[in-house]
Amino acid sequence: MGLRVPGSGLLKGLGVTLRTFLRPSVTQEYPDEKPSLPARSRGVIALKEENCTVCMACARACPDWCIYIESHKEVVPPKEPGARPRTRNVLDRFAIDFALCMYCGLCVEACPFDALFWAPYFEYSTYEVKQLLHEKETLGRWMAYVPPPDPLEDGAEQPKELEAGARPARSPARTEEPARRGPSGPTDEAGVREAASGAGRAPEAVPPVRTVPEEAPGEPKAAEGAREHREVGMDEEVYQAEIAKGTPERVARAKAKSAWMRKQKEGRGE
Amino acid sequence: MEGVVVLARSAWGILLLKLIAILGLYLVATLVVGYAEHKVLAHMQARLGPMYAGRFHGWAQLIADGLKFLQKEDVIPRAADKWVFSLAPVMVVVPGIMLYAVIPWGKGLAGFSSDVSLFYALAISAISVVGVLMAGWASANKFSLIGALRSAAQLIAYELPLVLAAAAVALQAGSASLEGIVEAQRLPFILAGQELGFFIFLMASMAELSRTPLDMPIADSEIIAGAYTEYTGMRYVLFLLAEYAGMFGLAALGAVLFLGGWRGPGFPGVLWTLVKAGALTFIMIWFRATYPRIREDQLQKMAWAWLVPLSLANLMGTAAFKLLF
Amino acid sequence: MRGREVTEGTIQRLPGGPGEGVEVVLRGDLATEEMVLNIGPQHPSTHGVLRVVITLDGERIVEAEPVIGYMHRGFEKLAEVRDYHQIIVLVNRHDWLSAFCNEIGVAMAVERLMGLEVPERAQWLRVLLAEWNRVLNHLVFIGSFGLELGAMTPIFYAFREREVIQEFFEMATGGRLHVHFNRVGGLKEDLPKGFMKKSEQALRLVRSRLADYEDLLLGSEIFQARTRGIGVIPPELAKEYGVTGPILQASGVPEDARKTSPYLVYEKLEFDVPVGKTGDAWERFWVLLERVRQSLRIIEQVHEGLPSGPVRARVPKTIKAPEGEIYVRTENPLGQLGYYLVSRGGQQPWRLKMRTASFSNVSILPAILKGALIPDLVAIMGSIFFVVGDVDR
Repeated sequence: MGLRVPGSGLLKGLGVTLRTFLRPSVTQEYPDEKPSLPARSRGVIALKEENCTVCMACARACPDWCIYIESHKEVVPPKEPGARPRTRNVLDRFAIDFALCMYCGLCVEACPFDALFWAPYFEYSTYEVKQLLHEKETLGRWMAYVPPPDPLEDGAEQPKELEAGARPARSPARTEEPARRGPSGPTDEAGVREAASGAGRAPEAVPPVRTVPEEAPGEPKAAEGAREHREVGMDEEVYQAEIAKGTPERVARAKAKSAWMRKQKEGRGE
Repeated sequence: MEGVVVLARSAWGILLLKLIAILGLYLVATLVVGYAEHKVLAHMQARLGPMYAGRFHGWAQLIADGLKFLQKEDVIPRAADKWVFSLAPVMVVVPGIMLYAVIPWGKGLAGFSSDVSLFYALAISAISVVGVLMAGWASANKFSLIGALRSAAQLIAYELPLVLAAAAVALQAGSASLEGIVEAQRLPFILAGQELGFFIFLMASMAELSRTPLDMPIADSEIIAGAYTEYTGMRYVLFLLAEYAGMFGLAALGAVLFLGGWRGPGFPGVLWTLVKAGALTFIMIWFRATYPRIREDQLQKMAWAWLVPLSLANLMGTAAFKLLF
Repeated sequence: MRGREVTEGTIQRLPGGPGEGVEVVLRGDLATEEMVLNIGPQHPSTHGVLRVVITLDGERIVEAEPVIGYMHRGFEKLAEVRDYHQIIVLVNRHDWLSAFCNEIGVAMAVERLMGLEVPERAQWLRVLLAEWNRVLNHLVFIGSFGLELGAMTPIFYAFREREVIQEFFEMATGGRLHVHFNRVGGLKEDLPKGFMKKSEQALRLVRSRLADYEDLLLGSEIFQARTRGIGVIPPELAKEYGVTGPILQASGVPEDARKTSPYLVYEKLEFDVPVGKTGDAWERFWVLLERVRQSLRIIEQVHEGLPSGPVRARVPKTIKAPEGEIYVRTENPLGQLGYYLVSRGGQQPWRLKMRTASFSNVSILPAILKGALIPDLVAIMGSIFFVVGDVDR
């Protein structure tokens, strides 16, 4: 294995380095030039305290048990005389030890009430490990860094709440209905973006509002998303029309309810 | 100013002034070459290099580094041979300064001139290897020992081609004095038939300096830092100093031998020497950015199978040329 | 001293490498001693905390023994007390350079046990991200191989390219290294808008920059002198040690789990398995570069053929794998990764055995280090691509 007379290979190498030398470098001068991190970036976990019901789902999902939650029960006096008093969980302490945290995001996913969020904020290093234990006040402050979620790529199945928001009002001027869901092609992009950015531009109102899924959800789906409990009204017109058509009372009631729901959503979507 | 004039009147005063000038040049060259290496390497690797110390493109980085090294604890391993261990860095640095003393930076601007200054320069620059050997042996560390022995082995490989290449130049110029060599060179073809010698000289000087691709004695991925493994703080800085200043010193020697030294149109001679030496230094940094390191036995093979015969042929060719024309 | 004693000194036969088989007689003061040298656990060329105890005769290695376990974190045991969601987080971390590919293995094991059908789009996206992960991984080793041979520039170039890729990895998954994007039943969510565009740009960029690595290393005479004929692994030896991935392919065995037992949608994709002839360090490096090319080819096909639809099958919130056992193997960037999952029907696996590529790859070191020089040691270690976390688990 002797060394041959230095030849073209060596010269080519010199060419590569010289070419790079003459081009601008790729360094980003960090403290002067902040990186712009994407919305999904797992920088820090922020807490929206009002949404937390102390269900402990996050603490249980955490693989390294770095979430500390303390709470007590409070008795809320009944609104109407004679009714039963209700108890409610009050959050005393919510702390995440970022020295232990693996930044996996399982807690954020597990949260059924949209109380935890990822924020692409990362400048919270300290000189001491102890100081990485952040209490709910700090976690709450970080809500200000939570961005609206990115719209999804073409061909993706849009989240149902966004789709519902993007659906145009049924008016004679515009009868065609966008693809309802699934693999049937591109959806109304502009509407989606609008809906996405509309939900939670301000740091306070961050989570995109999740509503009850339209079709009766199977058991797994229900487990995934948050369900807001809301009094469901009935569309009287539809009910009467259905009854007049001779549909059974139960079916007519269901149809009227869903019509009411649709109207509510359309009202919010505009 | 008065004082300088007074000093310049006495022989000792002149010596002192020269000494100060040479030391100053040595230190400034170290800083400039060190900074250049940081920056050139960085840009060749699509980086920026130091940007903060001194605000403007990190020009003060090396000064800051030096201050940091000054504050470091002075560690001497318990098993080390204390005296040899402490003396080794000095042994590496002093020959470098002595080399600077003989290089003619401009017409009549050498620390001292002699009829055999070329051989003085070659001899003195070879001494630093002794310092490396001392460092490696005294450190009582296996990696240091391997590094030191590699360094010694490398000396055998490059010293002969280096001297032979320089000898061909001396033969062609008809003078063994560095100033005489510069005077004898024909412009604008400054290499004047010594292209091969120049190439050999460049290779050998990189081997002498332990620069990539010939940095086996300090190969960090193999033997940590070779002979320097156990050194910290100021002593380590001395080694770094010797490396950077040595690069510039040998580059200046190369400029004098092959590139016409201070001669050039327009600018003052000193500037020409510095620019030429700077260009050679850039080439060394450029090589470091580009090449992997070769193996010690491959270097030996290359030296004895290629460089020595080539430099001998070069010497004979030069002699024949000299006789015929 | 290895050699027989003779009356006036020691006869020593030089082991493999240059000057192999030459008999040297060492007498009196010239008789040498062997030296034991610890390369690692803290050493620049072991990238991590692998320790190799080498016995040296001069610079020649008489014996080499890797000592592993400095980074043992009890992955397999830990997996037994974590549920299936959490295990995906954990497997991100044993081979941190191929986090996404690791996740696929576990997710597929659980899915197959549960009999889950993963949506088509999720499968294609898994291939897309796994191949990008492969490129990310190989770039590190392309760069660090150069670094070990003393060329410090390629690693910076490699990380420059990696940065571009990691940028859109973060955009999609939120993480740069520990992506945690696979879930049992598919992916966490669909890609964000603009991902595909960035992916296409990166594809063009990386493809054009590969020539730089070829010019800097592969074609360089110095690099060839350092790697040609060094650390030769014959195919039989490679098979005996269970070496897989680029190292096995460089030895001339066209084994690639994506071809031999296709998973996801690899069957529908066209790509070649690069195969070497001699199995030396240079060919291993060449195979690595070639694998990057093939990965880019796959990525291009995914860009064209990506179907639309959901990315996650419907799964219950608490995942319980039915009782049974399964072995899933995937072609990880460093070789074949196998997960042997035994479930007793609970939320946690009863046992999760990992067959990691790096472990087997490192185990061949003693066999090929014998007779090499110290500079060859780093050339060999650089070309036996491993991640210490993947060795020790």
